[in-house]
Amino acid sequence: MSEHNEQKQRQKIKSAKTMRELMTTYYLDALSAAQNNKTVAWITSGGPVEPLVAMDIIPVYPENHGAMIGASKMGDELCTKAEDMGYSRDLCSYARSDISCSVVKGGPLGGLPKPDMLICCNNICGTVLKWYEIQARYYDVPLFILDTPVCHTDYSPEIARYVKAQMNEYIEFLETFTKKKLDHDRMKQVGKLSLEGQHLWQKILNTTANKPAPMSAFDAFFFLALIVTLRGTQTANDFYKQLLKEMEQRIKDGTGIIPNEKYRLLWDNLPIWYQLKWLSKKFSSHNACLVADTYTSAWCGSVKYIDPDNYLNSLAQAYTRIYLNIGVDKMADQVLEMIDFYQADGFVMHSNRSCKPYSFGQMDIAEIVRKKAGIPVLMIEADMVDPKSFAQSQVETRIDAFMEMIQQQ
Amino acid sequence: MMQEIQLFHDAVNDPKSYLSSIQADSKKIIGYLCSYAPEELIDAAGFHPVRLFPSGSEILYAENHVQAYCCSMVKGVLEDSLAGRLDYLYGTVFPHTCDTIQRLSDIWRLNTHYDFFCDVAMPVKLNSQKARQYMKDVLKKFRTDLESASGKKITDSDLSASIAEYNVIRKNLLKIQNLKSENPDLIKGADLYAIIKGSMIMDRKELTTLLPAIASRLENTDISSPRRKRLVFSGSLCDFPDIYSMIEAAGAMVAADDLCTGVRWFDTLMPQNSDPMDALTARYFDRAVCPAKHRNTTQRGEDLAELVKNHNADGVIFMLQKFCDPHAFDYPFLKEFLEKQGIKNTLIEMDGRPQGTGQLSTRIETFIQMI
Repeated sequence: MSEHNEQKQRQKIKSAKTMRELMTTYYLDALSAAQNNKTVAWITSGGPVEPLVAMDIIPVYPENHGAMIGASKMGDELCTKAEDMGYSRDLCSYARSDISCSVVKGGPLGGLPKPDMLICCNNICGTVLKWYEIQARYYDVPLFILDTPVCHTDYSPEIARYVKAQMNEYIEFLETFTKKKLDHDRMKQVGKLSLEGQHLWQKILNTTANKPAPMSAFDAFFFLALIVTLRGTQTANDFYKQLLKEMEQRIKDGTGIIPNEKYRLLWDNLPIWYQLKWLSKKFSSHNACLVADTYTSAWCGSVKYIDPDNYLNSLAQAYTRIYLNIGVDKMADQVLEMIDFYQADGFVMHSNRSCKPYSFGQMDIAEIVRKKAGIPVLMIEADMVDPKSFAQSQVETRIDAFMEMIQQQ
Repeated sequence: MMQEIQLFHDAVNDPKSYLSSIQADSKKIIGYLCSYAPEELIDAAGFHPVRLFPSGSEILYAENHVQAYCCSMVKGVLEDSLAGRLDYLYGTVFPHTCDTIQRLSDIWRLNTHYDFFCDVAMPVKLNSQKARQYMKDVLKKFRTDLESASGKKITDSDLSASIAEYNVIRKNLLKIQNLKSENPDLIKGADLYAIIKGSMIMDRKELTTLLPAIASRLENTDISSPRRKRLVFSGSLCDFPDIYSMIEAAGAMVAADDLCTGVRWFDTLMPQNSDPMDALTARYFDRAVCPAKHRNTTQRGEDLAELVKNHNADGVIFMLQKFCDPHAFDYPFLKEFLEKQGIKNTLIEMDGRPQGTGQLSTRIETFIQMI
């Protein structure tokens, strides 16, 4: 099939336009925060944003910014700039590009709005701790660290006590900074919205269990931005209701995201932001659809721990037991569940130089998947933002060989 | 060379034979990879703690578990374990360190088969009362885990005895290092390296007599050293003794360090007149901070500059292990912090032990000439 025909047959998701507008509005608000006397907090993608929303603090996500830098193919230049500043090329490319962006005011937005405070939750990695220390020195602003110990095998009573106590410290930190008290009714309301948002997001991701899948992981990577940045707002929930409706309609109409879905794949790790289009085309040329991924589901994976009636306390557990903050065997269990739920024929793992906690352990997970699910596994060596670690022809050959294996099964 | 020092060289050169003799005394051995491993508890439980270093053997098995961008320390120790070279271990303990060791712990738990395994998920944040309480909680839990493994209680007096023993070890290591700093020719850098590394391998009770003996012998040795250029090492681990000879051959010396396999392992003594769990908590909470943990945003710079000042050093060599994120993130800050105070520094990146040493010695000589 020619590229032109394939593009024609691919039925675009209409909600994408609304989503782009919402993100533009969000960033315009954030960029004009200083003029409007609003407070800006930079926060890690896995951090509890709900208290910020409840206190009218604008949350800004350097990781989302990193993804934008990657997708707009500005990662190479910014990462190199960070290397010139002394940061090793082996370090996380989100961190590298964000750190240099602060200095050169580059990237797709000309730099993020200056933070008034930094909120760092280390449930996703230890890298964010170092990254936020660097930014705390650069911007000379207070840094709050929410320390969520790794639950290798369990969420121990010691960990529970420690993280719960820090939730209170977090609120105190915000109250001291803003010189106003948290309105607990408002907090409850934001908590409800956040929970509803996460349920909606899960439902949207679940729609791809349908054959053919109405959207793919590539779409999920795009639509994810709202559950990250606007979690706990009516805006996010209204949008996700619209998106869910569209997905349900596509299911009814039998509209798949790729023209002729034959094979269904599960993706692991962060996206390769600067190669989304190429990868998407590559897989669909084999009639393969990336129906789900372990990454975008991380923003609703610990919903089960949230107790709306004891919201702040239950947040401690929900934020500590996220996908990346558990043992490799527990991660493998979740992968197996997803393979089963989405009926995946193969598992594609992005071995991401930038993300050690996500990537080390992948080889063990691959082995478990091969043994227990009996499906082929492909590992692609790359990086989420820095294209210097991506060899296209090599990846292409490996994808072709992998798809051949799947076809033979 | 002093006879006592030879014992340390022997243990460092062939840890396996040394540890076999410990095993023959029916003492079970618990390995670790990070200086936050609470050795006092391991010792008080009747086990023998040993720090694991990669043997440097070819990587055959570990490649099936970690990718190419994993640091050589983690890859090397995992290889040794999978190849059966660590079969003398009764078990391993993993204090929370960095992202890489966090995952090594999982991989280790799933692929190795020692009797004992424990994660000690210590706090990363070291600047709040809640974190201090949590540090105490995880140490208590580790104490219980060790008790279940040994089948006997660790009494407070067991622990106090162990704390006293470690204070002797740490005090004397510090003393030996300071004696060298004051009088560089008193002991060779490679010998001091062997003493420190050997202390992570050898019987701790034996060390409480050997180390004071070496310290007092050095103290009473009457030699005078010419003025040498004085360096400070900063980084994670330095498992490459030849570098000390290179530095000395170039007319300089290492006066002090901020290494995980150096001062950060023996820097802070414990109060002996308080509750032993409080004393232990205080040490692991207040000791020289590792970059994978957080005390404040500038502490490491201040500590390093102070170390340079206290030892009247002429420059700093950053020893960066390739793929070591926490240290690589701190490097630009530390470099700038030192330069603002006029302290010269250079960076040496190593991927395990260097293969060819020609380039390395040229770099070191150039730096020494520059300062």
